[in-house]
Amino acid sequence: MSLLEVSGIDVFYGRVQAVRSATLEVDTGEVVALIGSNGAGKTTTLRTISGLLHPLRGTIKFNGLDITRIEPQKIVGLGVCQSPEGRRLFTRMSVLDNLRMGAYTRSSRADIKTDMDRVFELFPRLKERMNQIAGTLSGGEQQMCAMGRALMARPKLLMLDEPSLGLSPILVETIFSIVREINATGTPVLLVEQNANKALDVAHRGYVLETGSIVKTGSGKELLASADVQKAYLGM
Amino acid sequence: MTTVRNFVRSNVRNPNAIAYFLMAVGALFFPAVVQFATGGSGDYLVGLAADGGIYMLMAIGLNVVVGFAGLLDLGYAAFFAIGSYTYALVASNHLGVTPIGHSLHVPFWIALFIGMFVAATAGALLGAPTLRLRGDYLAIVTLGFGEIVPRVFRNAGIWTGGVPGISALDVPTLPGWVQGPWIGQDFGWVPDFRFTSANLTAYYMLMIILIAFVVILVHNLYNSRLGRAWMAVREDETAAAASGVNTVSVKLLAFSIGAATSGFAGAFYGAKLSYVSSENFGFIVSVTVLAMVVLGGMGNIPGAMLGAIVLYFILFWLLPNAPGQMQGLASSLGLDWLNQSNPNGWPGIGEVVSRSKYVIFGLILVGIMLLRPQGLLPSQIRKQELTHEEPEALAAPRQLQA
Ligand SMILES: Nc1ncnc2c1ncn2[C@@H]1O[C@H](COP(=O)(O)OP(=O)(O)OP(=O)(O)O)[C@@H](O)[C@H]1O
Ligand SMILES: [Mg+2]
Repeated sequence: MSLLEVSGIDVFYGRVQAVRSATLEVDTGEVVALIGSNGAGKTTTLRTISGLLHPLRGTIKFNGLDITRIEPQKIVGLGVCQSPEGRRLFTRMSVLDNLRMGAYTRSSRADIKTDMDRVFELFPRLKERMNQIAGTLSGGEQQMCAMGRALMARPKLLMLDEPSLGLSPILVETIFSIVREINATGTPVLLVEQNANKALDVAHRGYVLETGSIVKTGSGKELLASADVQKAYLGM
Repeated sequence: MTTVRNFVRSNVRNPNAIAYFLMAVGALFFPAVVQFATGGSGDYLVGLAADGGIYMLMAIGLNVVVGFAGLLDLGYAAFFAIGSYTYALVASNHLGVTPIGHSLHVPFWIALFIGMFVAATAGALLGAPTLRLRGDYLAIVTLGFGEIVPRVFRNAGIWTGGVPGISALDVPTLPGWVQGPWIGQDFGWVPDFRFTSANLTAYYMLMIILIAFVVILVHNLYNSRLGRAWMAVREDETAAAASGVNTVSVKLLAFSIGAATSGFAGAFYGAKLSYVSSENFGFIVSVTVLAMVVLGGMGNIPGAMLGAIVLYFILFWLLPNAPGQMQGLASSLGLDWLNQSNPNGWPGIGEVVSRSKYVIFGLILVGIMLLRPQGLLPSQIRKQELTHEEPEALAAPRQLQA
């Protein structure tokens, strides 16, 4: 039994099907990459796992518990957290309040303090700017804030939706090395990326999503080496 | 001593702290100043100011709904009406003339909380189905609710006294109250004190105590986990849900807390007037309170309070007195002919001003919004946004010139 088991989910927006019979797993300690071109259904998959959308068919299990139709706040309570696409910070709240919102479902003040310190260790920039209004942060800082907010939930599974979007090459490096760091402390990560090269490099395993269906899976190295993937996503 | 000094130093540049301080001092000295200025006949003005406190309570409550949680409530006066009528039913002889046949005289403070509780419940019942939907629906539903409630009270026949309403409500009481030289009496303790129009200063003081109490309560809510959740929902509902906020119940809480404040103000006002009728709860009241919040500075408690003071002053003192003032001004300038009505349709300057009262009011509102689009006393965040000020510039200490 894996930590997260998504089996055969069909997700619709009205009558449009965005995800077709997708099956994927994330195990403890893993970084799993979900790659695919624009509109492939990556974000939809993450939103469905988070409970923001519900699949028409198929099941989602976390830690053996069926979470297919559970409300999003309960799923967060179970430890499944995502840093959503486009960051979606609370733009008119301070960085500190954004981080606190990440810990919304938790009650132990001491634990929250510990995690806050850890987030500030990972992202010293955020510490300098903790009283700044989040909407006025630079794009990279906003991404750090979004990841920090997700970490504040002390996730048992962290889902990141395009964390490298719109960042300079140096910051992209930083973000991916932080993903490694987060994973090294034992947090499994489900990573959605356009930047397939980088994502597959960090990931233990990966899935390739194409118009809603998973068309390929394998270890990060295998996928990186695969001719199809290279042609379609790595531009080689 | 140093802690006091540090406290003062850390707040002298904080506009909110200054506003609280000035409002508190102003409120405490207002009765004495008025009595002095009018040579002891200022009771009417003190009473007028105390009634303004009712609007201030409503503005503080609506600020929770609109400012904190970002929910547009256009029927806020309905909860005021519900609080008033509930109080009237449980604290007067009225139930005796209804089919129930027994009048209730619940003690004042309990009746006040019953009024508040019923209003909060009405808020929850109205909000539960509506708050699941996205933003704009709430505005429409509350607009309708605000129109329906006064009509129901007007047409509920014997239960609500119809058009004339219900009179002879129990007045506010306290087990004791302090009288003193500040109202021209000997210092002393008055047991079983009743707040009637014979002692408006006491009513005024009670109003201030209630406002202070509500401000402290709301201020603590604002800084709590719930307060952060309200703002998060206001900013981005999906992201809030993704952070684990139960958005529906959080919005419902804001909505009910707002309704409770309005109901509380309504019950207190009914008790003070000792009378309720369905005339005083129209759309115009809801809009006035909303204007107080927006104009004062949405999402900022002292801002909403300041907005309430300014608009109340304009609506209930400046505009009613404007015709007389204009007539006086005209005659002192030797333009007496302006005061005479003539057959060409000129009704006299006083009449003209009096007829265009709401035009003037509108112009003043527009003027204030043009001069201070962020409100009179905006929350720091709104200010940063609307002025595009760099937050660093606010936070960084001033560089000394070399
Ligand atoms: N709210 C919506 N209503 C209708 N269709 C939607 C909605 N959101 C997404 N879709 C459609 O579902 C499909 C999958 O979208 P999704 O956002 O999951 O793609 P993605 O893989 O995350 O793409 P990208 O890499 O561009 O972010 C797309 O065709 C998109 O147009
Ligand atoms: Mg996407």
